[in-house]
Amino acid sequence: MNKLVKLFTIFISAISLTLASISSSFAKVEGEYIVLGSAISLTGKYSSNGVHTQNGYNMAVERINKMGGVNVGGKSYKFEIIYYDDESNPKRAAQLAERLIKQDGVHYMLGPYSSGLTKAIAPVTEKYKIPMVEANGASRSLFTKGYKYLFAVLSPANQYLEVAIDLAVEKNGGKPVRIAQAFEQDAFSQDVRLGILDAAKRTGSEIIIDDKLPKELNDMAATLAKVKATKPDVLVVSGHTKGALTAIRQIAEMKVDVPMLAMTHCDAAKLSKQHGKKSEYALCASQWHKNLSYKDKFFGSGKKYDKDFKKEFGYAPPYQSAESSAALLVFKDAFERANSFDRDKVRDALKTTEMQTFYGNIKFGPGGQNTAKPMILFQVRCKGDVCENKVVAPTKWASDKFYHPIPKWSERS
Amino acid sequence: MDFLIFKAPMLMVQASLDGILLGILFALIAYGMALQWGVMNIINIAQGDLVILGGYIAYTMYLAGIHPAWGVIVSPIIMYFVGWALYKLVINKVVDRDLFISILATFGIAIVFQQLMNFIFGADVVVAQSEYGTTMLFDNSVTLPNSKIFSAFISVLYAIALVVYMKKSRLGRAIRATAQNARAAKILGVDTEKVYAATFGINAALCGIAGALISITLTLHPYVGLPYTVRSFMIVIVAGLGNLPAVAISGMGLGLFEEFADYILGTEFRIGAVFMLLVFILVYRRFKLSKKREYLK
Repeated sequence: MNKLVKLFTIFISAISLTLASISSSFAKVEGEYIVLGSAISLTGKYSSNGVHTQNGYNMAVERINKMGGVNVGGKSYKFEIIYYDDESNPKRAAQLAERLIKQDGVHYMLGPYSSGLTKAIAPVTEKYKIPMVEANGASRSLFTKGYKYLFAVLSPANQYLEVAIDLAVEKNGGKPVRIAQAFEQDAFSQDVRLGILDAAKRTGSEIIIDDKLPKELNDMAATLAKVKATKPDVLVVSGHTKGALTAIRQIAEMKVDVPMLAMTHCDAAKLSKQHGKKSEYALCASQWHKNLSYKDKFFGSGKKYDKDFKKEFGYAPPYQSAESSAALLVFKDAFERANSFDRDKVRDALKTTEMQTFYGNIKFGPGGQNTAKPMILFQVRCKGDVCENKVVAPTKWASDKFYHPIPKWSERS
Repeated sequence: MDFLIFKAPMLMVQASLDGILLGILFALIAYGMALQWGVMNIINIAQGDLVILGGYIAYTMYLAGIHPAWGVIVSPIIMYFVGWALYKLVINKVVDRDLFISILATFGIAIVFQQLMNFIFGADVVVAQSEYGTTMLFDNSVTLPNSKIFSAFISVLYAIALVVYMKKSRLGRAIRATAQNARAAKILGVDTEKVYAATFGINAALCGIAGALISITLTLHPYVGLPYTVRSFMIVIVAGLGNLPAVAISGMGLGLFEEFADYILGTEFRIGAVFMLLVFILVYRRFKLSKKREYLK
């Protein structure tokens, strides 16, 4: 009896071992499917943006598969993505990347949500030489490490608000401006800050307040009181959605008059919905807006993407979804140009990417960042109680004129 | 020295008022913590998460079209039962045990609450709008959001009500008796089990009020509970247990200290300064105690 059990165990383990080795050796391309892997935040503090990212990926997979898939070697393949939930935890994300590569045999990766998690995964994909196209890690430090297998479709963080300073100088008749800034102490926001420092140096502008907000901070009253006392020409705030919501709430409550207010994460914070008219005139950095005139044959235009996305998921796509969809277009293009599933050939093809998508032009710089797409700025404008984001810069796509200076609170109804 | 705050006296007024108004709110949370710490000898790590849950109750009302300020009445009622249930499920098993066990248990509760709130309300940062406007003083150079004044006023109101209740009511007397000596109270016929459950419920209700106030003054997010736990812990450490005036003063003092640290040391050292203060106070208290050679249980 005992022998029988032993024999049985050996038999089972032999079978499972064979199965495992088969599945991993064919995992990169299974039948007609090209398998991509992604660790993504479906729970935890990044879960809402994680879901936006996943929806963007899924939407593109569905669209590409429906429109003929990926042509490699005269055969048509379809995309498939294996997802794992990284719980918004960098350590977990790195483990899951290992698991995707070693156990599931994934040979091509899509990025997670946020700079922090991308930073955790990049060393792993680099170690196993797995090409990763990411759409949600903008931190500059991702592109200065010399990673060879990392490609980002989005503009790096330091470019987020640089344009805003140029705009302020322009409005000031070309003369330098006085800048007040408050940034959260995390990798992303500090990169945005570096961009502002560069812009200030370039334009000869002076930074009069330079506050670093702690992660736990939910009260900016002190910073805003300083702003009120020193009267700068422009106030720059970056602290993810919490920072954006806190800033608008307290600027309105404390009646802080500042001619120009530039921020990040207005879109993700649903600023115009949550704060209504209080958020009017805020200038926001964005990777994408549906009104831009970029086109591709899969999604058509930004406006069409917006419509299709709304139909599929029931809400307007934030830029996090748009850039995630673009990542798959980049992969498809690279596979077809490489005409091979060899990782290094795909990587070389990615490196020479030069294309237009509905999300923007994509061309990778030496560090893997997208150098072909400028950031855009939109301004919250309200008609009655309905507030909308209107593109105001760069001028090529501006649908509305930039409103400057912001009227004083005493004049606002 | 070139400090902005000393150049502009109005900034000093602004900072003081901001600090005091916020401090009063923190004091309310801290008083809940002091109460159940004193009565049950439990340090509740989930304190901040109870606050946030209370905030989400007010936020849910706001979404349903009810003014979020009503949350200061609805939220404590719901939270009382949440606290009561929490006691019956978990806390009653750790109440007589080592302090370490209770910290571990409430830490676990904190994680469960965070994940549940994330699951139910989503990971977005949310705010409820009170539309209370702003009070302007000194020719508009000092601005006070009315929502902050409202929250300080409500906090004071509830604190007074609680003190009266503790002094006058039967349950209040029972709670104080249990805090002094649980065994003696039991012998004299106090149902300590019931007292514990009620105390934990009252603490949760206080958190509920504070949460509702935070939903209209600050922001809500499932994972921002811990800073409130830490602040109330600090206030209690400074003020001692079961001493409401001391808790109120230490709460306001902390609020003031934070604001001034922001101006003088810089925003990045605001939280750091508070922790430095905690270390300093702990060392000082130890030093003072060793001088007095008091016997401490």
